[in-house]
Amino acid sequence: MTNEPKHSLTVECTVNGERVRREVPARRHLADFLREDLELTGTHLGCEHGVCGACSVLVDGAVVRSCLMLAVQAHGRRIETIEGLSDSGALKDLQTAFIERNAAQCGFCTAGMLLTAHQLTASGEAMTRPEIREYMSGNLCRCTGYHAIIDAVEAVLRSKSRTP
Amino acid sequence: MSATVKDDAVIGKGFPRKELQRLLRGRGRYVADIKLPRMLHLAFVRSPHPHARIVDIQTAEALASPGVVGVYIGKEFTDSEPLVGIALHRRGHKSAPQYPMAVDRAVWQGQPVAAVVAETRAEAEDAAELVQVEWEELPAITSGEEAVAPDAKAIHPEIGDNLAFEHTISVNDPEKTLAQSHIVVEQSFRFERQTGLPLETRGMIADWNPGDESLTVHYAHQSPFQMQEIFSRHLGIPPLKIRVIAPDVGGGFGIKLNIYGEDLAVVMIARRLGRPVKFISDRLESLVSDAHARDHDIVAKMGVSAEGRITSMWLDDLGAVGAYGMPFRFNVAEGMMCITMAGACYDFSSYWGRTRSVYVNKNLVGMYRGVGIPLACIVTEVLADKAARQLGMDPADFRRLNHRRKEDLPCVTPNGSQLDTVSFEECFEKVLKLMDYDALRKEQADLRKRGILRGIGLASFVEATSYGPPYYGPSQASISTQDGCTLRLEPAGVVRCITSLTDQGQGTLTGIAQIVAEAVGLSFDQVEVMGNDSAISPYGGGAWASRGMAVGGEAALNAGRALKQNIIALAAAITQNLPEALDIKAGEIVNKESGAAVLSVAELGRIAYFRQDTLPKDADVQLSVTRSFADNHKHYYMANGIQASYVEVDEATGFIKLLGHWAVDDCGRIINPLQVDEQVRGGVVQGIGAVLYEEFMYGPGGGLQNGSLVDYLIPAASEMPDIHVAHVETPERTTQLGAKGIGEAGLIGAMGALWVSVNDALQPLGATVAHQPFTPERVLLAIKAAKAGR
Repeated sequence: MTNEPKHSLTVECTVNGERVRREVPARRHLADFLREDLELTGTHLGCEHGVCGACSVLVDGAVVRSCLMLAVQAHGRRIETIEGLSDSGALKDLQTAFIERNAAQCGFCTAGMLLTAHQLTASGEAMTRPEIREYMSGNLCRCTGYHAIIDAVEAVLRSKSRTP
Repeated sequence: MSATVKDDAVIGKGFPRKELQRLLRGRGRYVADIKLPRMLHLAFVRSPHPHARIVDIQTAEALASPGVVGVYIGKEFTDSEPLVGIALHRRGHKSAPQYPMAVDRAVWQGQPVAAVVAETRAEAEDAAELVQVEWEELPAITSGEEAVAPDAKAIHPEIGDNLAFEHTISVNDPEKTLAQSHIVVEQSFRFERQTGLPLETRGMIADWNPGDESLTVHYAHQSPFQMQEIFSRHLGIPPLKIRVIAPDVGGGFGIKLNIYGEDLAVVMIARRLGRPVKFISDRLESLVSDAHARDHDIVAKMGVSAEGRITSMWLDDLGAVGAYGMPFRFNVAEGMMCITMAGACYDFSSYWGRTRSVYVNKNLVGMYRGVGIPLACIVTEVLADKAARQLGMDPADFRRLNHRRKEDLPCVTPNGSQLDTVSFEECFEKVLKLMDYDALRKEQADLRKRGILRGIGLASFVEATSYGPPYYGPSQASISTQDGCTLRLEPAGVVRCITSLTDQGQGTLTGIAQIVAEAVGLSFDQVEVMGNDSAISPYGGGAWASRGMAVGGEAALNAGRALKQNIIALAAAITQNLPEALDIKAGEIVNKESGAAVLSVAELGRIAYFRQDTLPKDADVQLSVTRSFADNHKHYYMANGIQASYVEVDEATGFIKLLGHWAVDDCGRIINPLQVDEQVRGGVVQGIGAVLYEEFMYGPGGGLQNGSLVDYLIPAASEMPDIHVAHVETPERTTQLGAKGIGEAGLIGAMGALWVSVNDALQPLGATVAHQPFTPERVLLAIKAAKAGR
């Protein structure tokens, strides 16, 4: 009987600084865990194939597609979502730039865009516009045509590289 | 920003959208985010075959699966009024009736045949795999050409054949005019199937309340009113018992305007169960069942005089529109727009055009951004370049010679397009300057000497916006082309606005707030707008045909002016002034001449709502007003623009690199330049996607080969160019506001400009690519064919 596959497991992890413990089906992906179990619906599902990037979250500080990671793999890890990173103020500069530049329309891709842009701007290293475009290419947006998003990211990057 | 905007104006300024504060912090509320008590989840079983008879369906195993509450098959839903997608004013337009799910035959791959309802979506999907359908495969009709072949079998024998609709226009002896033209250029075009692909898939929650037999539907849709009408008409639910609410919607582009069989099935199942039922399609489902677009084969000719003047156009269009007529949103639209708007920017008077919409065993074609206008633009502009080249003229000179001139307006083109406040010449000269046309041509010529293939493309276009009562009325589709606006002054002196419009990210609600603020005399922040709800606003339409600002904006302007008048009348009574002496500026009621503050709107609100005892006995307090607007006899507001594209084609690989893109648009009065520019840019990139990447690929038997974003490609940031946007502002003259639409222009012009620029690049090789999308393979085949032909 010990070789019987387990259909559900206990996950303990930190989500947006809060310790959570839940019994989850083994097959549930992290995005569904965040959205359904924790009701953090700011993480969106656009394709569930790991292509569109709408479901991006931070796992131990790195951008990860939560549709490609199982909830049980989050055991013992530190998860940050758009809600937590907004409340902590970590995304403030980017959010302000996105709003001023209208770099979001329907908003469905935006959580993922912001998280990728956050990772891009974190180092403060200067990048050319084509390099920014390349970096942001794993996040699909169907509304904006990208130009405004690149403008907003470029503006934040420039202001960061100016301040030591 | 518009040059005419005054400092204290609200209209014309690029305000950011208030809803972004929520959406950017992960606090949006899309339909998938909503949970209702006792809510169930639905998964559809879909036909794996393009055409097959249902011999038998076994559901017992699925019903026994964990969490399952119900399993339903198509024949249980034939008590609803079937959807019949025909436009009654289009003579001869026919469609077979469509039930919510396939009954005894599936006619396209992806058509729902059964629905499973369970406690979770995962359980519903598990059980859907256990529904056993025994199929008898039937031969499928997979192309327009097959559908109209003389021996073609009718997909729906009850309507005779596969021809859904045919329409011919023949004006001023086109055959003779063509025959007498100095040159005639000809080209055939192939447009593969694609879709709009909003990043949020389709989804809805049907919430049936057995207590009062009422229905609330949370639906990611562009027109809640349309869906209220559909649910009432097809399911026999009284309209007052239906409320359709569109929450935050993750993009629409027309895809979420259409009506789907699933809509009825989900509601019927919720009604049977007396519990809320949620259906969120996954990406595969969305790709196979969201409305498709643009499966067309076109042959076209253009006659031109020795001086380079267009004499005549000839255009034969065949559109493969899927297995049924799209309800309310008609599968004749792409073809009709194509043949009526071809050549609209150019001055000629002889025309022949035919469109045929034909049924094939594929998903339904419905509304998608631009509908048939991009086809009209592409065909015209490709022929224009071809003619210019044959005459040894510069393509820009050719267009300059042929554009319709301002002094010839208003006019009706030979194929029936109504032009009034269009500005072809101004937009044209502006774009040439913006892109530095002459310098680019010189660079192109220099690089050609080194074997580098660069191309420049220009595309003038019209965008018929805000299709009005004369278009939808006679179709008898019960689509409201009016929009309404209710304003309510709050005691604090701010205004709550409820519009019948919907917003899927365009910035429509922000534009409405600006119009209301300026009309009343408030600041932008003193107006809060809500829409997207069929039960609370005045009756109206919603979002389609780039109509928000033009139609809903006009209603908002009229409501704002009426509220201002009422506020001033009351202020006059309170302050013992003449109403004519008062005005409202930035929330203050002021003396019109001196500008001195008389009373704040907030103080007036306090008195009007809480201290009526201090008012004169007969003072009439009317601080909620509603105005609606429809242009009863107007077909559309015709906007226009031009785009230019600069590309490089790699002869060895067939890859196309986008080097520059310019767009000049005339959408009439600009309410918010920030939103307008981004509508253009977003449209441009969808247009680029259509021309370069997007394609549903089918196997020989008609089976879809690409059902995920891994192999149905859409543009990503790295391949896209920066897009330079500029405007000409010619206000619509039949409205107070003067706005026309902007939603589709970007896509229309981009497709035209890219078709032309890629073919311009291939000129040194004598190659033509006319099969969309322009994959590297197709580019290489075109180059190979040209070399073989030499």
